[in-house]
Amino acid sequence: MLKVEWIKALRRWRTYLIAAALGGVPFLIVLAVKLSPPTPSASEDAPPFLLQIVHNGLFAPLTGLAVVQPFFMSLALGLFAGDAIAGEAQSGTLRSLLVRPAGRARLVLSKYAAAMTLLGVLLLGVIASGAVFGGIVFGFGPLPTLSGSSLSVAQASLRIFAAGGYILLAAAGITAVGIFVSTLTDSGPGATVATVILAITSQILDNIPSLRTIHAYLPTHGWLAYTDLFRFPVDWAGMRAGLVVSGAYAMVFLAAALLVFGRKDVTA
Amino acid sequence: MTALVTRGLTKRYGDVKVVDELDLTVERGELYGFLGPNGAGKTTTIRMALGLIAPSGGEVDLLGERMSLRGRPSCLARTGAMIEEPAFYRFLSGRRNLEVFAKAGGSRQDVRRRLGRIEEMLETVGLTSAATKRVKAYSQGMRQRLGLAAAMLGEPEILVLDEPTNGLDPSGMREIRQLLRRLTDGGTTVFVSSHLLAEVEAVCDRVGVLSRGRLVAEGPPSVLRGAAERVRLDVDDVAKARRVLSAIRGVELSPESELPLRVRLLDEVTAAQVNAALVSAGVAVGALVPERESLEDVFLELVGDGDAQG
Repeated sequence: MLKVEWIKALRRWRTYLIAAALGGVPFLIVLAVKLSPPTPSASEDAPPFLLQIVHNGLFAPLTGLAVVQPFFMSLALGLFAGDAIAGEAQSGTLRSLLVRPAGRARLVLSKYAAAMTLLGVLLLGVIASGAVFGGIVFGFGPLPTLSGSSLSVAQASLRIFAAGGYILLAAAGITAVGIFVSTLTDSGPGATVATVILAITSQILDNIPSLRTIHAYLPTHGWLAYTDLFRFPVDWAGMRAGLVVSGAYAMVFLAAALLVFGRKDVTA
Repeated sequence: MTALVTRGLTKRYGDVKVVDELDLTVERGELYGFLGPNGAGKTTTIRMALGLIAPSGGEVDLLGERMSLRGRPSCLARTGAMIEEPAFYRFLSGRRNLEVFAKAGGSRQDVRRRLGRIEEMLETVGLTSAATKRVKAYSQGMRQRLGLAAAMLGEPEILVLDEPTNGLDPSGMREIRQLLRRLTDGGTTVFVSSHLLAEVEAVCDRVGVLSRGRLVAEGPPSVLRGAAERVRLDVDDVAKARRVLSAIRGVELSPESELPLRVRLLDEVTAAQVNAALVSAGVAVGALVPERESLEDVFLELVGDGDAQG
């Protein structure tokens, strides 16, 4: 079933479009930094790690992840999760799958698995593209941590992959929300847009200081905690909290999706 | 054993009963025509039969198994279905679509068996040469054929087809009819819905007529058409003929305002007796033409001029 989802994804232009967009981000960052190296004073609003790229290409994949996460990843999970079931309903293929019988619970779960693996592959692509372009233009070197010590290239690479893994797992919650939204409507674009809006709204709310009391419960609250991987020693508290929130959202919304879709009249 | 049974099947949307206490029995190996005007509840019935929507009341047994929305009823793996417009992944080729559907459910053996039948099914519906084209580029008729191929992929025991000849040209329709006949001859049960009488009449063993969610008639097409024979009479003196004929028991006259004169022959009255009576009364009979009442007349009578809500 998962294989079938992959066949479908790999035959659509939009999968490549978003992959190109995500893979292109590190390239653009490296290019921009090379052409016009940022000065510390002018870059208070710059994404994390941007300043360090000139000294070490290993920062390119990290900056890539940091830049891609808030918007492009939200867009990708809108397309992969939000559209998952609503899109099938809209094209009418949903009924054909269900009478096969694909099984409603199995369909929901394999759509979720497909969305997560697609996201994972895209994040890997961002890391790979960042490493290639960053390495070519600026070369690799030991990575200074945020706490002042430094990591060998091998250690740093491992942590960069860990950061990618964390970013993926931290998105598990909002992806489940997307799948849930997808069971509510027969409009693919509608569910996609709704999911993107939810992901972005959650990040906006997370940035409004007066709403601090709800921040810890937002599905995207822990998204930036991966930066703690680059401290010495690593501070796990933020990531642990992020994973707990993401996991809780994943469980609740997958259960809701299974419940809603399990008894829904499929009239599309 | 029965292939499909519904008992008191009901679907209510608000106050409207789209399907109303429907009792239906389809025997194994039969070609059953499910006839009704648009909006009569055919598709809703089919969707309930296949576990896509939950009945508001009543139940469905498909291939001896109680249908439910939950789980993966094994009877569905032995069922082939085409519901309304067959839908496909437009960005995939015809063959790829069949692959996706072949892999979409059932056991490992089921999947392997279905994959192994793809070429044969493409051939059966005449799409071999178009198999690598994207479905986006298919005509409606081609999509319809691909839908049939997808439905037949699993060598189903029962084939449930919703308006399968929509969008086909007359020769395509005939091909499909012949195909359905061949399938039933091979032991497959076929349940086919249609709003086109000719289609159902020509090929079905049994016909059920649905109107406003209720089954208003059921039986072989010939029985539905009615036992009574109708005869058209061309006579020189209609008034006199009417007087003569109204004296014979078992002869029913058409209304006075209607010309030409028609009679329905009930009981054991024959056309020859009618002719003899008229001639001996001095009415010249130019022609005496037996007319079978068409299924269409019966149909319109049953569903009330077919003015069912869209």
